[in-house]
Amino acid sequence: MGQGWKPLGNFIRNIALPAIVSVSFVTAALAGDFVFTAIPDEDETRLRQRFDKVAVYLTRELGVKVRYIPVKSYAAAVAAFRNNHVHLAWFGGLSGVRARLLVPGSEAIAQGYEDRFFITYFIAHASTGLRPADGFPAGIAGRTFTFGSKGSTSGRLMPEFYIRKHLKQAPAKAFARVGFSGDHSRTIALVQSGAYAVGAVNYKVWANEMKAGHIDPAKVSVIWKTPPYPDYQWTIRGDVDTVWGRGFKARVTRALLDMTDTDLLASFPRKSFVPAKNSDYKPILDVARSIKLID
Amino acid sequence: MRRSQRVSTSFGFLGVGLFCLVFADLSVSTLDPWQEMARMARGLVTPDFLAVDRLGEALLQTLAFALVGVALAVVAGFGLALVFHVRVVRWGCAFVRAIHELFWALLFLQMLGLTALTGILAIALPYAGIFAKVYSEILEEAGPRAANTLPAGSGTVSAFFFARLPDAFVHLKSYTFYRVECGLRSSAVLGFVGLPTLGFYLESAFKQGHYSEVSALLFLFYVIIATLRLWMRPRLVPVYLLIAPFVLAGGAEISLDNIARFFTHDIVPYPLRSAEVLDISAWTAFGTWTWELLADQALPGIVATLVLTQIALVGSGVLTLVFFPLVSRRFLGPVGRTAGHAFLVVVRSTPEYILAYVLLQFWGPSMLPAIVALSLHNGAIIGHLVGRFSDELALRPDHPRGLNLYAYEVVPRVYGQFLAFLFYRWEVILRETAILGILGIQTLGFYVDSAISEIRLDRAMFLIVITALLNIAVDGLSRAIRARLRLATTPEIQ
Repeated sequence: MGQGWKPLGNFIRNIALPAIVSVSFVTAALAGDFVFTAIPDEDETRLRQRFDKVAVYLTRELGVKVRYIPVKSYAAAVAAFRNNHVHLAWFGGLSGVRARLLVPGSEAIAQGYEDRFFITYFIAHASTGLRPADGFPAGIAGRTFTFGSKGSTSGRLMPEFYIRKHLKQAPAKAFARVGFSGDHSRTIALVQSGAYAVGAVNYKVWANEMKAGHIDPAKVSVIWKTPPYPDYQWTIRGDVDTVWGRGFKARVTRALLDMTDTDLLASFPRKSFVPAKNSDYKPILDVARSIKLID
Repeated sequence: MRRSQRVSTSFGFLGVGLFCLVFADLSVSTLDPWQEMARMARGLVTPDFLAVDRLGEALLQTLAFALVGVALAVVAGFGLALVFHVRVVRWGCAFVRAIHELFWALLFLQMLGLTALTGILAIALPYAGIFAKVYSEILEEAGPRAANTLPAGSGTVSAFFFARLPDAFVHLKSYTFYRVECGLRSSAVLGFVGLPTLGFYLESAFKQGHYSEVSALLFLFYVIIATLRLWMRPRLVPVYLLIAPFVLAGGAEISLDNIARFFTHDIVPYPLRSAEVLDISAWTAFGTWTWELLADQALPGIVATLVLTQIALVGSGVLTLVFFPLVSRRFLGPVGRTAGHAFLVVVRSTPEYILAYVLLQFWGPSMLPAIVALSLHNGAIIGHLVGRFSDELALRPDHPRGLNLYAYEVVPRVYGQFLAFLFYRWEVILRETAILGILGIQTLGFYVDSAISEIRLDRAMFLIVITALLNIAVDGLSRAIRARLRLATTPEIQ
């Protein structure tokens, strides 16, 4: 063999073969565990700490290995549920509605006690001079505004609905600039620093951040509270009974409703879980259709 | 004296950039950034390596995704380079590389879920398109002289392996090495959409304001990039590649049904999904769907994307000219150059998204943070390459010093190479505008992200195809300009 073949031989031996072996290995996967996820609505760095505990609890209650996998976005949570990579999910109102439309047979089985009457806070930087009021704060028109995640119920859907209702315009027209902070904690940080004048935030996250001392009331404050709407819920796939045996869905529901450990409940954070059904979320679906977030 | 074409083209682009500034929103609106900035600065000087869960795992995953993805792309790209004269191959490659790896990842996430293959393909696919193009150019430029000396009647295959490949091999190798660094950056950034690489933790920590964690993650990443030459040895590559699957294994199962659903349902435009082929009303609805998407999202998205790109292109050019002396032997001694290298590694390895977010705290939401972030990032990359190139220049013993050396000797002599790099990077800047939608700048990437977060993959796909076409157009224009100015079509990356 002459010199010309040498680089090719090296190339095949050093790169081509190992690359192909590598890729064929990684396509083999783990299967068989009951997997759940949760939308990343606040402090993502604590997601594992929050939900690994829940996985331990469910493993004990259900007698099958339960794993939690973290996801980066609301859409990723829905996609994982739809692709049958997770079988149970802690969704927001809107992401749950989307997931159940995409996975026929899936069901909302439990919601937080507080989720029956969830609210969104509109918050404003002190320099805006906006004061808390009972009615919709029409004074926010023309300022800069940040939502949370694009797929959030409390950070996007409901605030956009009320903005359109009261200002009679799409947010992009009603405000000087519209941003999507990505999550509720960051919405608070951005309004607090004055990067955005006004924002919409999940009231539970606001309370959490307040307790943690991350909020300076001299800089940012709540100026309006929306009327209540249904929000977070546990949604399960319709086919779990065929995989894990008859009555599995009922056992999962029971385990969630029976969760009384305050440390576990603080992961969500909820007082307790109460039964839920798909029709509880009809108002969310209607709102989402009315502002064309769902076809 | 007639002004050189290169100079007039430069002024032309400067003019376009300035013109775009008129349309760009550059307002500064932050009120009190100092509290947050002080926390960032404190975090930066107090990196906390223990705070990140699974730091080691994230690091290994970042390396594994990058190496497997790039290796697969090298194999595919090399194969494609050999048949790159076939038009379909050329178009196919242009299309796959026109889509940002983040978008590929988002699409594969829908199709394959959170599997290792999602991350590998998100890197391998666009990189294969890039390798195919650059490899074929390198092979073409490999002097025909060797081939011409072959006796008549030598077969094409032997001519290729004995005359062309040996000559081109060193260039192929150095380009591939350069791409490994890009692959590491891409791999880290894929964490932003959920793959378990450094970006996953980086984005979370950044979002939550845990800046000591952020700086720990960034330092680690800088060290990997800065020491690449030490550990990335050809002999070690197979070892790395055989360890990688053990690092990556254990994701979800790949289901053919999900893949089929993606193609036959998800990306089919909504009005056509359950319609008969001859259903007129469905086609009318499809017409409306297309028109609304074009008018409300695609067109404004294209305008914002181009405005941002053109300004950032000029910004990158200006910063390159500022940065390259920092790493050039012509201007600084070993100590200064080491500092310069460290500075450029930091600036070019920090994801644009993070740079933009830091600047957002300073200036509030507008196009300004995005422009500066893109200019810094790309200026540092091209500055590094131009700096290396300037080292090769032979100077007369009585060459001028200082500013005169810079302005009258070095810059004019590296200018052609500088423009080649910059035009080469043009299309990359265009792709990078995609991930800056967070700042409220409604580039095409912003609309793609919206469509994906609304789980409307039909719209996402439509907008991604438009983004790809825009990229292909800019790439074509850049190629035409480079040819006209007789610049190297393939920048030499040593």
